[in-house]
Amino acid sequence: MLALSQVSLFSLAGVSCNSVEQKIYVELNNMVPCVRLLNATHQIGCQSSISGDVGVIHVLESEANLEWVLSTGPNPPYMVILESALFTRSIMMKLKNGTGRVAGAAVVVSKTNPAEGFSPHTKCPNENTGVYSESYDPTMAHCNVTVWNPLGNGLSYEEFDFPIFSLNDDNDTEAIRQCYLGYNLGVNGSTPEYPLCAMQLFSHMHAVTDTATCMRRNDINFSINPEMVCDPLGDYNVWGSTKPLNNTAKGHKEGESMVIAATRLDSRSFFWDVAPGAESAVSGFVTLLAAAHALHNVTQEAHPPRTILYTFFQGEAFDYIGSSRMVYEMDHKQFAIDLDNVHSVVEIGQVGLRSSSELWVHSDPVSRRNNSINAEVSSLIDTLKSAAMNLNVTMSVPSFSQPLPPSSFQRFLRARPIPGVVIADHQSAFSNRYYESIYDKAANLNLTYPANLTEDEQLEFVTETANALADLATVVARALYKQAGGADAQLINIKAEPKIVTQMLYGFLVRSNNTWFQALVPPEFKNFLSKLECHYYVGVSQTPSHARTPTRLVQYLLANLTGTTINITKENCHNSLIIKPSSLPQLYSYVWVQGVASPNSTERQGFCVRSSVRLSKAVSPAFDLLQEYSSKDYSTWTESRWKFIKARIFLVASHDLEVNPLHFLALDSCLPAQCLASSQIQSARRRYFTKHNQKMILITAIKVMLFSW
Amino acid sequence: MTAAVFFGCTFIAFGPAIALFLFTIARDPLRVIFLIAGAFFWLVSLLLSSLVWFITVQISNRDSAAQQKGLLIFGVVLSVLLQEIFRFGYYKLLKKANEGLLALSQEETMPISIRQLAYVSGLGFGFMSGAFSVVNILADSVGPGTIGIHGDSQHYFLSSAFMTMAIILLHMFWGVVFFDACEKQRWWALAAVVLSHLLVSCLTFQNPEYVGSLVPTYVIMFLMGVWAFCCAGGSLRNLKLCLTCKDKDFLLANHRPR
Repeated sequence: MLALSQVSLFSLAGVSCNSVEQKIYVELNNMVPCVRLLNATHQIGCQSSISGDVGVIHVLESEANLEWVLSTGPNPPYMVILESALFTRSIMMKLKNGTGRVAGAAVVVSKTNPAEGFSPHTKCPNENTGVYSESYDPTMAHCNVTVWNPLGNGLSYEEFDFPIFSLNDDNDTEAIRQCYLGYNLGVNGSTPEYPLCAMQLFSHMHAVTDTATCMRRNDINFSINPEMVCDPLGDYNVWGSTKPLNNTAKGHKEGESMVIAATRLDSRSFFWDVAPGAESAVSGFVTLLAAAHALHNVTQEAHPPRTILYTFFQGEAFDYIGSSRMVYEMDHKQFAIDLDNVHSVVEIGQVGLRSSSELWVHSDPVSRRNNSINAEVSSLIDTLKSAAMNLNVTMSVPSFSQPLPPSSFQRFLRARPIPGVVIADHQSAFSNRYYESIYDKAANLNLTYPANLTEDEQLEFVTETANALADLATVVARALYKQAGGADAQLINIKAEPKIVTQMLYGFLVRSNNTWFQALVPPEFKNFLSKLECHYYVGVSQTPSHARTPTRLVQYLLANLTGTTINITKENCHNSLIIKPSSLPQLYSYVWVQGVASPNSTERQGFCVRSSVRLSKAVSPAFDLLQEYSSKDYSTWTESRWKFIKARIFLVASHDLEVNPLHFLALDSCLPAQCLASSQIQSARRRYFTKHNQKMILITAIKVMLFSW
Repeated sequence: MTAAVFFGCTFIAFGPAIALFLFTIARDPLRVIFLIAGAFFWLVSLLLSSLVWFITVQISNRDSAAQQKGLLIFGVVLSVLLQEIFRFGYYKLLKKANEGLLALSQEETMPISIRQLAYVSGLGFGFMSGAFSVVNILADSVGPGTIGIHGDSQHYFLSSAFMTMAIILLHMFWGVVFFDACEKQRWWALAAVVLSHLLVSCLTFQNPEYVGSLVPTYVIMFLMGVWAFCCAGGSLRNLKLCLTCKDKDFLLANHRPR
């Protein structure tokens, strides 16, 4: 002990701190929690106790094996380890009702997607904040006509009172399995003996009940540093236009009639900050970026009568945060244009899973009951169909009267009837079998690269998915040009480049730290590029310079693809707002990008890009503008705060081993007391400090020692 | 593991020592002062040996396991020697202090005898040594886990507590024997104390073979206890009289006037 204690004491000497703790616990590193989200009426997600939840590990083999966890197992509470195939609604609901025998759950995410599909979202996404309500059309409300997400099991919207974490299938998971096999399996089906392998999960959430409660608690200012308990979800929308708009003059713009090309930027999943969103988000905004690039040259030379406004909405997965904010601003003269300036809307929904080159154009049957709107929508559909001629795309209309799928356009319709369509790859229910889940990755889009390619070669390799999306982008670009009133003769010049599309798909779905992205972003942003794919969860709102990485990537890409290079210095590019009024900051935004690295050197030739691309705040109006935290019209989603999130495994001992020391404690305390009570030593009178009394002291010590055993 | 283990191990390690303190030392402020001073002297010896350890580890080659093990043995031996040097230093200091106290006080006899000082200082050394041995381990025993996931023995906490108890009592016995040896100029007894201290410390290198380190340590503790008892003037006769509560001196001492 002496040697060990000295080692543990001299921790400054480079010996690792606290070696005793390292003997006990194995920290797990790649674990992603499920966190608590709140809205006006509910709290969803998971919660752990403040000192972590401890449970004996049990690797679930099948649904029948749940009996061990829920009733027969002798060592509750249990920490259930689930394979992906067992992460289903029925098992999770049974665990939820486990009442005290379930300490938590950990899901091992497999590399292959479950064959039967998996979507933790609801069957009818955003059903209360779209346009289809009882007042608009009762037959179409609540997905009465079409269930958009039939595979949805609603797990993301359930409330669990134990922590649920996700594990990647790697070394940590192997360590957990080895620990389980080594300690927790009884021999020949008998009761497993102590010590047992256990896991502890920490994910204590501070917010509770609903958004109104947690926002009220945010405002309690008793101390110098008030503790916030939750934050509203939100980020920034990206928007840009073919002709620059005066951004400082808000409200109606005389003579402007705009065609809005919209899409969404975000996705979500059951777990926090994991949202690969390949089909639900990336397919849409990559198509729109490619279309914007295709339109760039033509709109510079021969600008059509109407301006095209490209909008990328954030936060759409959470009751249309971005689009509801933009529509509110348009309606209240806080945006560069208002709703009277909007001529029509073309939205790109989920378009990546096209089978047999067919794409579907959805429109709103209720607003089409009005003849003028109907005429506009029909002509827009015809424009799309004619733009698709001679290309490998067929635009079809669903054969029956069907409401719009969940889309940002529904928020425009809530404000006023506007002609518009939503382009998607599904006729009725989604083709995406992994909608808003952790499995909606590149493989879901059939994005595969041949083996043995380097990263740069993979970046340049044009996949079939890229070709398909490029064709669609060409169709959309031509249709937008025609819808904006452009001449037919110019249509042949509008073509999306598959190379750009495949580079974007690689960057957004496989690896964002590639040479192309590095050349297009400012120097201070390059640390945000990672060697893994991006995640598209909207997160909590921050300042514009700290917007989410995907938002900023889309902003810089759109600026590069639709802007022009300006020959000015870096200082002038950054200070364009202040130094030169002729730089027209109300019309343009300037960004200094890194540029390409010259070969054999790390120096980069940067340049200044001038474009009309801007960020607009995407926080629900219920928070900062209206402060109605129980609003039924706008999104009220907030994310709880927490102190720390971690997970660790260790062995737990039997209760006998724990209690034995206490037996010694009992002996220690009572017997010496009884013994010594009968032989009190008087210490006041010094003259009795004879040799004898010293003997007494020693004798008493020996007695104590003997009895304490 | 849990609070049960924490409290159990704390009282195993410190139980006898706290009982001794409460019943023999706490009433007399002078003894308390000398106990704390003794603890402080042990602490200073630890500080010096840790300084030397820190420097040598920084100089050494971190990767070589054999060198680190050698360094550990060197550290232990150095620490033991420094502790005994400081015990000797404390003895010298106490001798001087006692003469000073005698000059100051009005009484004829010394307020505290050198034997009591031996006991008290030994217990002080023991307290501080025990604290540094075991507090770190106790802090981790509060958490939900126990040692073993990397294959170490389950009985770590319990063995540490027992070892600490032995060390505390051993320090007390060593104190008594050491001071007695210094008084009577018996240098061989001094060497025996130092050697037994070295032996007990080096026995801990047997861990995790806890039987191999604990059993010999307890045997040595028992032998040192008997030696200390004899140094303090005890004998079988005294022991018998004490245990049967027939000791006349004691009865006289506790006699209360009517």
